[in-house]
Amino acid sequence: MSYFAFLSEHGPTMLLGTVTTVKVLICSTILYVIISLIFGLMRLSKNPIIQGTATTYIEFFRGTSLLVQLFWFYYVLPFFGLTLEAFTAGVVAIGMNFGAYGAEIVRGGVLAVPKSQWEGAFALNFTPVKRMRKIIIPQIFPIILPPAANLTVELLKATALVALVTVVDLTFEAKQINSITWLSAQCFGTALLIYYIISRFFLVPFLRWLEVLAARKVGKDKI
Amino acid sequence: MNAEWRWDFAIEILPQMLLATLNTILAAGIGYAIATIVGLLFLLGQRTPSKIINMFIREIVEFIRSTPLLIQLFFVYFVLPQFGITLSAWVCGMITIGLHFGTYLSEVYRGALEGVPKTQWEACRALNFSSVYTYRKIVLPQAFPIAIPGMGNYLVGIFKDTPLLSTIGVAELFHAATAVGGYHYRYLEPYTIVGLIFLTLSIPAAIWIRKIEKNVNLAQGKIKKEQL
Repeated sequence: MSYFAFLSEHGPTMLLGTVTTVKVLICSTILYVIISLIFGLMRLSKNPIIQGTATTYIEFFRGTSLLVQLFWFYYVLPFFGLTLEAFTAGVVAIGMNFGAYGAEIVRGGVLAVPKSQWEGAFALNFTPVKRMRKIIIPQIFPIILPPAANLTVELLKATALVALVTVVDLTFEAKQINSITWLSAQCFGTALLIYYIISRFFLVPFLRWLEVLAARKVGKDKI
Repeated sequence: MNAEWRWDFAIEILPQMLLATLNTILAAGIGYAIATIVGLLFLLGQRTPSKIINMFIREIVEFIRSTPLLIQLFFVYFVLPQFGITLSAWVCGMITIGLHFGTYLSEVYRGALEGVPKTQWEACRALNFSSVYTYRKIVLPQAFPIAIPGMGNYLVGIFKDTPLLSTIGVAELFHAATAVGGYHYRYLEPYTIVGLIFLTLSIPAAIWIRKIEKNVNLAQGKIKKEQL
């Protein structure tokens, strides 16, 4: 069976799987960005309870494996009467796991904003909320976006794991087709290529564009 | 099914889980050892005199870095037998992890080499040191502390990615938990114990790496004792 025959027969199924993969990617990226901003800022709080909560959360999710968390959300939570759909469990597990890594990036970003900016805001008598919202947060984006971009590419790869909790994504379809046809090289090779194309030609250029945009916002693009 | 945590069941399966933990540690150790060497090869492959080879290796590294480890595992495990190479799940897993994380480690090495100031290279050139001597005595001792945080993080990273090996049937911790859970139809305790074992191993490892990082920086005179 030639590769083209394989593609014309199984290509549409794989593309359907790719759509699910992209859906998981988008949903969990939104979740992880929100979580990292919240927990990253909580981590910098002076209140020991808030800071402790954030530290515990971050250490817990960074200390255990994503796969374990994923299975925990999908197979163990029903024991507590909370049954999540496979897609939801996947998005929540990935979002919370990467949120923990992202929180550390946000923390680093806030700490990297020059001290004079804090002092300037203080001298101008800004309230703490206004100082964060108007001065500090806009400036952290150019700092955190490059590491966050790496993390997002990692996230794309991590979405493959949701296939193991029965989400019908690209990996799941590839496995399925493999078990029917036993054309392993074609199935998994195509899947690898699709992931590569998504990352190299869509995700990474988009993230670079965001980086340029963020740098332009604070007038740092003319380097 | 009820939500109650059963201590007797947890204690009953604990020895089995701890035994499987040894396999996980072994897998992470072997995988890391392969990755450090593969990383070096990838680095050298990108520093050859030929531009075409450099670009080719660079693209391979990019490809491996931007595709999921899970599918790579399936690829190696299912495709190699089609070419008449039948390897055990263990060997396949180790090769794949070694290759996958080797690409990451090559980036760490590259960053470390580029982190050594250019003046150091120039001074070696001026003093007419041989390139072996330059690397051994001047560059590598300075590149090493830069590489340590990255290398340490990927050691923990490999450790946390070993559960993926269970998908091709390597009998490590996660595999054991799934087997035990399936046998008794109780997943609460096995998966929770797996999580706890991972926590108890990876958090001290992370702290330990941070300590080594500080010690090396201290020995290099990059920071002073008062700064700790």
